[in-house]
Amino acid sequence: MSKRYIGQRIKRNEDPALLTGQALFTDDVHLPGMLHVAFVRSDYAHGRIRSIDASYAREMPGVVAVYTAADLGAYWRPGPPLVSPPPVKGAIFNARTQVPLAKDKVRHVGEAIVMIVAESRYIAEDAVEQVFVDIEALPAVVDLEKALAPDAILIHEDLDSNLAAYIFQQKGDYESARAQADVVIKRRLYYDHGIAAAMENRGIVATWDAKTQRLTMWDTTQAPVVIRNGMAAMLGLSESQVRVIAPFIGGGFGPKIMMFYPEEVLLPWASMQLQRPIKWIEDRRENFFATTHERDQIHWAEIALTKEGRVLGFKDEFIHDTGAYDPYGLTVPINSQCTLLGCYDVPNYASEFKVVFTNKTLVTPYRGAGRQHGVFVMERMLDIAARQLGIDRAEIRRRNFIPPDKFPYNNELIYQDFVPLVYDSGNYEPALDKALEMIGYEQFISEEQPRLRAEGRHVGIGVVTYVEGTGIGPYEGARVQVESTGKVNVSTGIGTQGQGHFTSFAQVVADQLGVSPRDVHLVTGDTDQFHWGTGTFASRGAVVAGNAINAAAAAVRRKILAMASRELEAPEEDLELVDGVVRDKKNPEFAIALKDLAAKANPLRGAVRPGTEPGLEATDYFGPERGVTANGVHAMILEVDPETAMIKILKYVAVHDCGTVLNPLIVDGQVQGGIAQGIGNAFYEKIVYDDNGQLLTASFMDYLLPTSMEVPSLDIGHETTPSPLNPLGTKGTGEAGAIPVGPLFAQAVEDALAEYDLEVLEIPLSPNRLFELLQSKNKDA
Amino acid sequence: MNQIMKISVTVNGVLYERSVEPRLLLSDFIRHELGLTGTHVGCEHGVCGACTILFDGAAVRSCLMFAVQADAHEIVTVEGLSPDPQHLDALQEAFWEAHGLQCGFCTPGFLMTLKPFLAQNPDPSDEEIREAISGNLCRCTGYEHIVDAVKLAAAKMKESSS
Repeated sequence: MSKRYIGQRIKRNEDPALLTGQALFTDDVHLPGMLHVAFVRSDYAHGRIRSIDASYAREMPGVVAVYTAADLGAYWRPGPPLVSPPPVKGAIFNARTQVPLAKDKVRHVGEAIVMIVAESRYIAEDAVEQVFVDIEALPAVVDLEKALAPDAILIHEDLDSNLAAYIFQQKGDYESARAQADVVIKRRLYYDHGIAAAMENRGIVATWDAKTQRLTMWDTTQAPVVIRNGMAAMLGLSESQVRVIAPFIGGGFGPKIMMFYPEEVLLPWASMQLQRPIKWIEDRRENFFATTHERDQIHWAEIALTKEGRVLGFKDEFIHDTGAYDPYGLTVPINSQCTLLGCYDVPNYASEFKVVFTNKTLVTPYRGAGRQHGVFVMERMLDIAARQLGIDRAEIRRRNFIPPDKFPYNNELIYQDFVPLVYDSGNYEPALDKALEMIGYEQFISEEQPRLRAEGRHVGIGVVTYVEGTGIGPYEGARVQVESTGKVNVSTGIGTQGQGHFTSFAQVVADQLGVSPRDVHLVTGDTDQFHWGTGTFASRGAVVAGNAINAAAAAVRRKILAMASRELEAPEEDLELVDGVVRDKKNPEFAIALKDLAAKANPLRGAVRPGTEPGLEATDYFGPERGVTANGVHAMILEVDPETAMIKILKYVAVHDCGTVLNPLIVDGQVQGGIAQGIGNAFYEKIVYDDNGQLLTASFMDYLLPTSMEVPSLDIGHETTPSPLNPLGTKGTGEAGAIPVGPLFAQAVEDALAEYDLEVLEIPLSPNRLFELLQSKNKDA
Repeated sequence: MNQIMKISVTVNGVLYERSVEPRLLLSDFIRHELGLTGTHVGCEHGVCGACTILFDGAAVRSCLMFAVQADAHEIVTVEGLSPDPQHLDALQEAFWEAHGLQCGFCTPGFLMTLKPFLAQNPDPSDEEIREAISGNLCRCTGYEHIVDAVKLAAAKMKESSS
């Protein structure tokens, strides 16, 4: 295989449709006779449903059906647990999954109680106003630490407490490391990650066709195959009777893989009941409380070091908020636990966490998926240690890096893919050196910063590192076919939400088959086209689906060579695939076009040799033995105005290593977009609940996404350490940019405000919060 | 509620006569009555800018207007920028080349915001571009490639007009 297209900055195949408004998103599906849905949702965070009076709504003109939990009959059941807990000895896990419509209790604001089906969305929303739900309010569990107090009110009354899970993992022996340490530092740290806020809200269109006995469902899901299989099981249909299409999706970032959302379960069922197509499109307000969040953890961390700054051991205890239910298992806190050690060779680690139920929206992975929390804790503790020991911040990191000759590096912890976390490969120092050079670290510290400080300006620099476990299994698959038109069809089971799959996967196929990427047509997320796979998450598309597509394309290539060898009467090793033809390298005039070969591979009459498979087509799969670990370094120069506590980013540098890059243009875009979300998380975005569990930030006027004014121009550098665990050598990069921005802000703000001697132990900051921190220092002084 | 009003609106050069409820949002009218689904709705409260259209030549948010307010006015949506995906205009071409979009959901709003901006300011600075798009939210790109795309579009437009 040549590498003519892999690694090229090729503009995307999918863009012309998106740029002209032709690309199909879920809300663009319009079917004759389609009904529309709106939901009555809980105004209370915690309460007992006394009664529901929907009699007036049922009589309204244009209202077709009104469903409460009681109306669902046997179809009402809690959702299936999506991710089982990892096999860690001594683990506790209490699975309590979300319900389609609240029956006896409501457990968070926005929980669906009644489904209204009407001739238009306007009528459905009118009817929502006419349903009267009588709820006996109960005290809300909002605060993480109070959730486990002995007198805390129980969210799930069949449990003894609000504890959802407990895990302890360790490597080495922390206590003996502590005993040998010159310095031991302890801190309480708080990290709150926000919400994905994809620009497209969720949506579902479902239609049951009685004549063909098939259900078709357009769904803004990241995992169409899993939805198909689950819906078939729930509805008592065969899997082949259900087609799920994840069309163009306006951003995913994690929450669109929560399964099953109540709306996903209800719409197809209602379409079968009513024998009509049915649509629900989430509005932005619903998105804030009915689409899953990622939120906060409180950590109590302890680091033990030698006086030279070598980390001997780390101990961490934390509490994690899972919200009202925990269908997504322990993915988020396990990621925090396993990512904390980062790029560092730490021989002794002890970490335990408790997951608590609260009366808030469910927590499931959002870009970074808990890794941010762990990285924040380690990076902050290293900064504090560096300051205490008088060691440069970059230097203390360098001293603790896992050296390149120690890979594969076993961290001995069970990771989210249920196998021990082993870093496959990495080379961390060159990435650090490159970032320091790009940001001008030495020069800034020795010349620029003193000069600017002398002018009265508050400028600071930060440098942080991270790893990201990516590309986890179990598997993905793909089918590749050369058509008799010469075009290549590829189908795979994952969904796509803007990652450029139509292009980067086309590049892989183009290199295998010697065609142009423009002639490769990819279908993702249509279960009638390909019905094996698990979904787009954990930065795994390019790694797992990419390598499956590569394997299927390689199998087609072998078929092409075998057949062309017979046709051209030349040995296979003399043949090459170039520009849509197979030809003899030595005598290029001996050639046959792929389209002619494809036609010959599908004869309409005559006989074939026994055992012949028709067409130039192959299906193959890729399942890695474990995930691959990407890494990177971010550095930033930031100015703070101590009067207003407003910040300005003067320079931002990101160096990352995701192994072999399929398309640098797309990878740059992923990193830039991730950093923008990281900046939002670090300084602008915050989900705020009051003591009653009311969500106070349920609009874009209250929850501040960064705009073009807040996200600066970014300098991006690449390092390439190919993964040995897959043939393409790729590592995931979807989440990377978002991961280390919080601790980077904290460090740079501290540095900018060095005279105040601040210690920033929390994210997000905001101008308000930073102002408060400065005020508290003023008071101390 | 049941009052129905007749309106005539010109969209992308085509005159549409329809009867609508006064409460029907202009964004819903464009998407669901006319079937021009390229205009996207991201927040329904006028912050995200995804639903931006040209209303008598000015960029406005169609989720903040009623369809009846468009009576006797002229609208251009993203579908009106170019005849088909094979023939993009300079701004669309520049977004394609500079990777100015990822999921593409917010993109029509950016394009419609930028059309009048570039007409008024054919040679904008980075700062002016960032300010021009600061009312449009994009969750995927981090904006940098969008800024690149606008600069490229300005250059392309200058080239074709000279």
